[in-house]
Amino acid sequence: MTPGAALPEGRSRSPQERLIDRLFVRSTLGLAVLTGVLLAFIVLVIAWGAVPALRQFGLDFITRSAWNPVPGREDFGVFPMLAGTLISSVIALLIAVPLGLGTAVFLSEDFIPPQPRMVISFLVELLAAIPSVVYGLWGIFVLIPLIQPVAQWLHANLGWIPLFGTEPVGPGMLPASLVLSIMILPIMTAIAKDSLAALPPELRQASMGLGATRWWTIFRVLIPGAISGIVGGTMLGLGRALGETMAATMLIGNSNQFQVSLLAPSNTIASLLANQFPEARGIQVSALMYAAVLLMLMTLLVNILAEVIVNRLKAKYE
Amino acid sequence: MTATTLSSKVEGLIKRPQFRTLFGGVMTGLVGLCALLTVIPLFAVLGFVLVRGIGRFSLTLFTQLPPPPGLSGGGFGNAFIGTLIVVLLGTLIAVPFGVLTAVYLSEFSNISRTQKEVARWVRFGINVLAGVPSIIAGVFAFGLLVTTGIFGYSAAAAGVALAVLMLPTVVRTADEALKIVPQEVRWASVGLGASNYYTILRVVLPAALPSILTGVILAMARAVGDTAALIFTALFSSFWPRGVFEPIATLSVLVYNFATVPFKPQQELAWAASFFLVMIILVASVASRLVIRRQPMR
Repeated sequence: MTPGAALPEGRSRSPQERLIDRLFVRSTLGLAVLTGVLLAFIVLVIAWGAVPALRQFGLDFITRSAWNPVPGREDFGVFPMLAGTLISSVIALLIAVPLGLGTAVFLSEDFIPPQPRMVISFLVELLAAIPSVVYGLWGIFVLIPLIQPVAQWLHANLGWIPLFGTEPVGPGMLPASLVLSIMILPIMTAIAKDSLAALPPELRQASMGLGATRWWTIFRVLIPGAISGIVGGTMLGLGRALGETMAATMLIGNSNQFQVSLLAPSNTIASLLANQFPEARGIQVSALMYAAVLLMLMTLLVNILAEVIVNRLKAKYE
Repeated sequence: MTATTLSSKVEGLIKRPQFRTLFGGVMTGLVGLCALLTVIPLFAVLGFVLVRGIGRFSLTLFTQLPPPPGLSGGGFGNAFIGTLIVVLLGTLIAVPFGVLTAVYLSEFSNISRTQKEVARWVRFGINVLAGVPSIIAGVFAFGLLVTTGIFGYSAAAAGVALAVLMLPTVVRTADEALKIVPQEVRWASVGLGASNYYTILRVVLPAALPSILTGVILAMARAVGDTAALIFTALFSSFWPRGVFEPIATLSVLVYNFATVPFKPQQELAWAASFFLVMIILVASVASRLVIRRQPMR
């Protein structure tokens, strides 16, 4: 790409010009490296803020369930929020993976003409453009009233299962997970669809040529062929769900008690941060930073894995 | 499909519906249903935002302050201005960094092996950065600028948090934009005796400008709707913005604050602000989609 390497060295240039040139190349390099290490800097800044809490509470912070910011009697443990983060994300995945994969298959095959397919793909991507806080608002005023009767029925008839063991009060794990699943659908669908579309057409032709039906081909050839992209997309979706803040904080009920029931209010690390940072003081700030480090580590791990998987997929077909 | 009256010679030629045909039909129906279920929430959200938000919509929304609790009327003028300020600050920080990083990645990164390695790592870092939750960007700005007292709770701190979120989008789109500038343009410029910086600044960047702008607009559209990064950096204010080093009202935080209060006028304002936010973002997304060739949103 670069003209830089191909410059004829013998041509005379004024020294200023050469200096400017070198400075320009160097400064773009510098900025690129800064951008590259920004991630590490973010981790450092947050970890630095977490040091006092790390000293005071150690690793017990992860397994204990106290959250008491009263001055003089501060005690912090993040287990309920950690559990809530993981549970809400897993439920969101359980809903979004089949839906997203189904939609991706529907959009990558020729069930309907290309024009409406483009339109549907675009609509699915628009889901990602709606701000999280608007999903939260919609969840409070539309979704929660809508699923309240369903939740009542679940509790009345299946209340003996611990999952539905509490009286539904409105906000809780269930509405939050539902909205999370809606929010991660676009990215999962888009990546699954692209990895299905990236498969060489010979695969399909060969399978059909051997007499397989369309669905046999999809299940036995196309999905296994695109599995790394599908898994990578799912990981990216999981990363989104873990860190999703506004919709979760508006719908999950912000209760720092761990409960098995999906109808009970719960909490996630992200919504804990959103709720408590504005009024946090002293060691509480540090405890929140500690929780933020945990959240950051989780999302980084998931995203790096996804990145590696998706990159490997690219290398395969390019 | 009765075959009893047919001679045995023809019987074998008649296609009977088989299990696999039925299975195919059922599965096709199922994935169609999946697509339908995926698109329904979009219309549900958009429909409600439109119906609940358009009622309060008028010009006075943009010129008045939010009403105190219990009173009605008013608008979100301060939050509208605040959102503009905060997003512009984020853009001012993210664009120079992002565009010059992209220049390095697409123009100077294949001079040597080390450079290639650096570029690979920078790209990797950018992609992982794109997956960082916005609340973490908020915590970063809080830890860097608010607790240290450099800015305190302020529009400036919020701008830094938004810049972190905008950077990956800006870098990626600018990188793509520079890649589609034909190589001959660079050769022509260098061949006429122009140096590197002159070629990039006066020839290549102008050629790629429309696509770069599209990417910037897309990044701004996402920043406009972001809330988590602003809650404890910009906080909120009931007054008109008083400068970039003061707490500032923004539309998205207004939606969050007013969604959870028990006053009807405030809730109406939250819906109206949501409607306005969604409109801005949809228009920007559709417009940028028309310009950028289809790429997966990531």
